[in-house]
Amino acid sequence: MTERIVIRGGYLIDPSNGIEGPKDLYLAEGRVVALGTAPDGFSADRTIAAEGRIVCPSFIDLCARLREPGQEHKAAIASESEAAAASGITTLCCPPDTDPVIDTPAVVNLIREKAQQIGKLRVLPIGALTRGLEGKDLSEMSALKRAGCLALSNAHAPMANTLVLRRALEYAASHDLLVVIRPEDPWLADRGCVHEGPTATRLGLPGIPDAAETVAIAQVLALVEHTEARVHFAQLSCARAARMIARAREKGAPVTADVAAHQLHLTEMDVDGFNAMCHVRPPLRSLADRDALREALKTGVITAICSDHQPHEPDAKLDVFPSTEPGMASLEMLLPLTLRLVDENILSLNQAIALLTQGPAAVMGLRTGTLSVGSPADICIFDREHTWTIDGSTWRSSGRNTPYWGETVKGRVTCTLLDGRVVFEARPDQP
Amino acid sequence: MNPIRTDSLQLDSNGRLKHFLTVEGLSRELLVKIMDTAESFASVTEQTVKKVPLLRGKTVVNLFFENSTRTRTTFELAAKRLSADVINLNIATSATSKGESLLDTIRNLEAMHVDMFVVRHAESGAAHFIARHVAPHISVINGGDGRHAHPTQAMLDVFTIRKAKGDFSNLKVAIVGDILHSRVARSEIHALNTLGVAEVRVIGPKTLLPAAVETLGVKTFHDLDLGLEDVDVVIMLRLQKERMSGAFIPSEHEYFACFGLTEKRLARAKPDVIVMHPGPINRGVEIDSLVADGPHSVILQQVDNGIAIRMAILSMAMRPDLETLSGDKAA
Repeated sequence: MTERIVIRGGYLIDPSNGIEGPKDLYLAEGRVVALGTAPDGFSADRTIAAEGRIVCPSFIDLCARLREPGQEHKAAIASESEAAAASGITTLCCPPDTDPVIDTPAVVNLIREKAQQIGKLRVLPIGALTRGLEGKDLSEMSALKRAGCLALSNAHAPMANTLVLRRALEYAASHDLLVVIRPEDPWLADRGCVHEGPTATRLGLPGIPDAAETVAIAQVLALVEHTEARVHFAQLSCARAARMIARAREKGAPVTADVAAHQLHLTEMDVDGFNAMCHVRPPLRSLADRDALREALKTGVITAICSDHQPHEPDAKLDVFPSTEPGMASLEMLLPLTLRLVDENILSLNQAIALLTQGPAAVMGLRTGTLSVGSPADICIFDREHTWTIDGSTWRSSGRNTPYWGETVKGRVTCTLLDGRVVFEARPDQP
Repeated sequence: MNPIRTDSLQLDSNGRLKHFLTVEGLSRELLVKIMDTAESFASVTEQTVKKVPLLRGKTVVNLFFENSTRTRTTFELAAKRLSADVINLNIATSATSKGESLLDTIRNLEAMHVDMFVVRHAESGAAHFIARHVAPHISVINGGDGRHAHPTQAMLDVFTIRKAKGDFSNLKVAIVGDILHSRVARSEIHALNTLGVAEVRVIGPKTLLPAAVETLGVKTFHDLDLGLEDVDVVIMLRLQKERMSGAFIPSEHEYFACFGLTEKRLARAKPDVIVMHPGPINRGVEIDSLVADGPHSVILQQVDNGIAIRMAILSMAMRPDLETLSGDKAA
């Protein structure tokens, strides 16, 4: 903890302070103590060489499932902490749909303590908005807040009706808790498993129209005006949704939004051939939707990119497409897929890093995601040009359910620090 | 990403049929060859000894996860006329309902040294899934998967059309009814477009047409009278009873009033129009008995052609060497 570290020779990018350039970084007592020049009397216990590397705040993932407690056959906090650290992620919000769900302080504590024991990842459990995620009765929000929850959500589970939704928003606002909404109208989504569009029509798969998302957003936005609740819309998937959020933000509504990294690259067409690895919820949508989501990142409508990591055991994807479980294991794809947007000239490198650091920190009201002097020394060092292959020799998550298996990607984390401690360091012979 | 091409899954390295999962992606030449082969088998079904020894020693498993009398029976007859051994498994009441996974069921059957699975399943993609996971020597024939495909039905339908009309190029074909839930319609649309018909129309209320249906290569009509104007072939689809409860249509009565095929409405089509239906028919719901039993109806010929078409597909998939055999026959 008390090790004094200098990260030398790297190219510093800290969007929160508008810093971009070659600078050394000095860490002590688990905090950032100086940028550029060493503080008086600083003697480093350790020097981390970062020549040719990018040095930035480590990443904050607003949505990743660790599968613990209750779904350890899919993954566990230990395995996913390793995957996160190797991916430059040191803060991670996990949705409440564990088993039991995160609707009591006991479950919050269980997850936090386990994560602390492993010590590689700051896990921020999102509390359940309703008891048991059943959408009927409010959870004990104040108790959840005291246990450390910064936000509440009903995850993928529907609310029983709009009255419960209204009261949940009002009660959360009374306790100044953020409400995370994954917008999907359960009636319109029905039993759909892919985007309602040409691919669904060809393959005869039941579709989820984009109206399932926009109808849900419209409801929540109307209630936000009424209740003044702070709402974060998670994993937008379509152009119309992005436009609605843009208008609401222009009018000053206290709402934010994120998008999953894979939604910025894949489309409904990737489901072709009944590719169950591309069975995700919200579904992969049209090319026009994907492009609108990219545009919404550029214009600042969407302020965070998350992984929406959902590790599964192999059997979960070994069935007829509609019977497979939705979701992708994607912690380890977060940085490569975000950097791919820089390579495709959609974002600047600075914007890309902001969407993984400053943006999500602001959504959750965190002190991390910055290199400001005095802030926690959560640091990521990565090699922008390193190309590597997604396969068994590099993958750390227990879930291997990714359509990118076997693909070559660019951008590789070489070192990750949490509170000034090295929690991941690439071996020199890393493939 | 490289999407997995369905056609490469269906064809072997020589471009011959290995599995028959969907009509989509197959060439016109292959579809014509299936029909020509079926033609050569038609004579078999008329003989007193209705058997040829092409598949002697082979075992065909009818793997039906969804109930069906007609399709299963025609597949069974087709296999038996080719001298294959047939096992019928009705899985709807079997192992998978006890929690065995689909893959486990397949593995168990593989161990019994079978050569072909004819699969019917309630979910789209079932036949593809099985084809991707079976042992390499086994062929998979799609007997209908969810809303996705029913390629043997589509082939027997285009075979029936060819027998009645000869050439496809000038034909206008209307498919009427519940396109949304219909695997038959999807496969027919692909087959008709591949064979080069002039126009495929789909006719139905918006609630029963899939999103972006025109991307399949069809013209859309919501008015039956307009849609039937000048068509050569009308294919009526069965309306499932459960569509009434799902708010797709208000009542059978109103459905028949709007989309039921009557003699009066049929008069808008070409004078030599043929009327088809994959069965089973709901008389008085989608089609009037006078039309179903009338002079334009080829509904019973469809059933008869179903056996020859399935013999053709079974033999082509299991005996790639048949190429020469059927050629000799035709000559």
